[in-house]
Amino acid sequence: MVGVLAAGAFAGLLFGSRAGSSENGSSRLPRAAKNLGFASALIASLLGIVLSALVLFSGKSIHLALPATLVLNNLSVDIDPLSAFFLGTISLLSAAVSMYSFGYVNEYLTKRNVGLLVFLFNLFLFSMAGVVVAGNAVPFLILWELMSLTTFFLINYEHENPASRRAAFLYIAMSQIGTAFLIVMFVLFYVYVHSFSFAAIREAAPHIPSAVKTIIFLCALVGFGIKAGIIPLHIWLPEAHPAAPSNVSALMSGVMIKTGIYGMVRVFFDFLGPGPEWWGILVLGLAATSAVLGVLYALTEHDLKRLLAFHSIENIGIILMGVGAALLFSSLGNNLLAALGLAAALFHVVNHALFKGLLFLGAGSVLQATHTRNIEDLGGLIRRMPTTSLFFLVGSVAISALPPLNGFVSEWLTYQALLLGFNIADLPVKIVVPLTVALLALTGALAAACFVKAFGITFLGLPRSRHAEEAHEASRSMLLPMGMLAALCILLGVAPGLLLPAFGTITESLLGVTPEQTFAASVTLNLPVSGAGSIAPGVLAASLLALVVVPVGVGFLIGGKMMKRTAPTWACGLERVAPRTQYTATGFSKPIRMIFSNIYRATHEIEVSEEVSPYFKPRIRYELKTESVFEKYVYVPVLRGVLRFSRAARATQTGHIQTYLAYIFVTLLALLLLIRG
Amino acid sequence: MIQTLTSIGTLVIQLVFVLTAAPLAAGMIRTVKARLQSRKGASIWQPSADLIKLFKKEVVRSATSSWVFQATPTVVFVSTLAVALLLPILFKNVPLHWMGDIIAVIYLFGLGRFFLALAALDTGSAFGGLGSSREMSVASIVEPAMMLSIVSVAVTAGSTDLSSIVQARLANPSMTINPSQLLAFAGLYIVTIAETGRIPVDNPDTHLELTMIHEAMILEYSGRDLAILEWAAQLKLFIFLTLLANMFFPVGLASDCSALGVLTAIVLLLAKVLVLGLSVALVESTNAKLRLFRVPELLMVAFILSLLGLILHFIVGA
Repeated sequence: MVGVLAAGAFAGLLFGSRAGSSENGSSRLPRAAKNLGFASALIASLLGIVLSALVLFSGKSIHLALPATLVLNNLSVDIDPLSAFFLGTISLLSAAVSMYSFGYVNEYLTKRNVGLLVFLFNLFLFSMAGVVVAGNAVPFLILWELMSLTTFFLINYEHENPASRRAAFLYIAMSQIGTAFLIVMFVLFYVYVHSFSFAAIREAAPHIPSAVKTIIFLCALVGFGIKAGIIPLHIWLPEAHPAAPSNVSALMSGVMIKTGIYGMVRVFFDFLGPGPEWWGILVLGLAATSAVLGVLYALTEHDLKRLLAFHSIENIGIILMGVGAALLFSSLGNNLLAALGLAAALFHVVNHALFKGLLFLGAGSVLQATHTRNIEDLGGLIRRMPTTSLFFLVGSVAISALPPLNGFVSEWLTYQALLLGFNIADLPVKIVVPLTVALLALTGALAAACFVKAFGITFLGLPRSRHAEEAHEASRSMLLPMGMLAALCILLGVAPGLLLPAFGTITESLLGVTPEQTFAASVTLNLPVSGAGSIAPGVLAASLLALVVVPVGVGFLIGGKMMKRTAPTWACGLERVAPRTQYTATGFSKPIRMIFSNIYRATHEIEVSEEVSPYFKPRIRYELKTESVFEKYVYVPVLRGVLRFSRAARATQTGHIQTYLAYIFVTLLALLLLIRG
Repeated sequence: MIQTLTSIGTLVIQLVFVLTAAPLAAGMIRTVKARLQSRKGASIWQPSADLIKLFKKEVVRSATSSWVFQATPTVVFVSTLAVALLLPILFKNVPLHWMGDIIAVIYLFGLGRFFLALAALDTGSAFGGLGSSREMSVASIVEPAMMLSIVSVAVTAGSTDLSSIVQARLANPSMTINPSQLLAFAGLYIVTIAETGRIPVDNPDTHLELTMIHEAMILEYSGRDLAILEWAAQLKLFIFLTLLANMFFPVGLASDCSALGVLTAIVLLLAKVLVLGLSVALVESTNAKLRLFRVPELLMVAFILSLLGLILHFIVGA
């Protein structure tokens, strides 16, 4: 079955490359490449879903040894429950995105090299799936690099745009730094384990000295953290996600950054096992920072895709809160609570993939219909794109963690996992936990504010530009996958019990505990720890629906049949409401910018042109800039240091061949001496 | 069978009680405020009469608005009323308490607020945007304070389940006068004022002022839509006062459906809400509305109070 999956991806790749080579031919070839490429991606994704479901619900891992090659032996594909879970999440979203791409890519058919896009898309899917099922560090790293490279080219797909080029280079630079840390990590493992195979590492890891373990932990945190986009390693993310084509953005934001989470969970829980308490506290601190700053930066964005990209940072933060809690509790020996934290994190992984994928696809449809990502130019799209709006609203409610959708359930689990930590008699826990809980609450509320802005300004009110006025609904083949993702958001929201057994399987394989049956099948989400609260999101949703009887019934009893009339909005005495008098996205986020002004360090500039009288201003220009603290205070100084070093090192580069020969001679001599001594 | 019937009876009694008592409590606060300002004021039945009047009136909807505007009153009302199914208002043990805990309650209010803020943007009126933006900003700083104050109550019960919290407090009523719980109470009190839009955070009596928050969001609503929204706002106020009353002073809650028990519960709860309502009226009459950018400072106080309460709980161990 693995073979079929790989074959599917490769088939797409082959067709893609063939069509890519004949790009300037008739328009039939790119179309064929598109159809065949995305069809094979779709089939491969569906197979991936089946495969992961088989492993997750049977609990049996799949181990497949690959034939040894000249350089690499011991190759294997290992699908244990953790791999299967991530494989399933990736496949689920890529199935929807592949379907969406049939319609979305049409726009590019005449303008760009679609064969190349299809080729990279399939290769990207293949590398992501490969990363999570690799059973050996060498292929893992190769696939990891392949993933970085394919996304580098995908970000650079619209390469005539300087912003895309800059984003792509920033991304590849950060990725390489990350990979360097991962290589150090695996080499350290090798030094003590004498093998690159994950199975061997797992077996021998407990005997690694704790100081080395700490170095490995930090390497993994930085290496995987860059891919996951945790603050302060996030700087590539808000540039890269908007630059890529929207279907690719959906995959990058929805699942690619999760491979970072996969790596962390794999190394922290599967390889290293319980460590000192500060590991968990460090992760919780990074998580809370990412969550709060991610959503705060999202609030000031008017670029719909950049806004969503910052929300990915926020959600990675929320996921890491679960991971951090799990680390903390497992280091204190409470594996049951650790299992809960891990389950919460993993649940948020799949939820975020669903709603963020949905939102990016929605943003793609808006972009295709209006040719702008700036929400200040949008508005009123709910009339022109009713179905897209509905699906985007579902995604917005889900990401704001409101009941009865899926985001609420995983955030609730995160709250419970954190709060149950109060039962542990340990002072640091009792200080860290309430602060994290408060910051999670802050994050949730700010996310809701941000999505009121994103949905309200984009889809409601009056259109603010001609582009928005002339928008049209997306094609049916684009709406269908969005509808499926929206339906899944609702399904997992009202019936989280469907997925919970899978989390039990994973936590059992990693921590040796399963949050028992009570946690599983029933309608109520009871936690297996005494004192935990419970929710029954399905029943809650049903009672919300049932209660509709009250306002409708009372209204009918008192007032009889409702009389209604349509009238224009009151325009404060002006003739009618004009798009210009509406609230803007900048205006909407102003109070929050004022409240958190220490963080934003915003500078704004107002330029008023007064011509006739001070009361009638023909033109006002307003420019707002928020400072990216990390770029200014961390990256720029580091960059400056690197440049200074390079400049100094330039002195050694004379350009004369004699000098280089001398260098080689000296190096050789030094090496010989070293080996002898 | 009998058990199911009592469960249904319990729920129906609670719902009907909340629905009728909420406008009354709002009327009472208004009357008290009038008296404090040496006015006679309207009867405490006025809000109920207003609701009935509004229900009979024609609905005028903006031509710019969409189905979001139409659906919002129902969503806001239903998500608020659902809290009455989870909260021990008259009974110690609510039949559906397993459906959601205190965190679910906070997020249910969030659901209503989300849609109300969207509906405000839907008409294209600048007032709507203004209210929507302010509401979401204030809410985002209320939330952490609310979560912490609730956590400090929940840790004493060892659970976030509302019925368990109430029962734990009943078993040990003196817990309420612990310093940590007093601080949590103060924090939650400030949160209540902010969440229900009272002075000094928002002024419920203002209409067409540039300082308004909640009123600005519902400015374009009329007739039956407005009635439902007003009723929902009264419900929210009543539920928050009940939350304060029953989490900290759960005296007199009924344990079954007997007439005597329910009656005692109703009388005692009304008395508790009366006292809290009096204090809200007093705060409203003696304070001026804060400037919008002073509100975060007030809420920071609530946050710090709750955090101190929590830390005290661990240090003193009570």
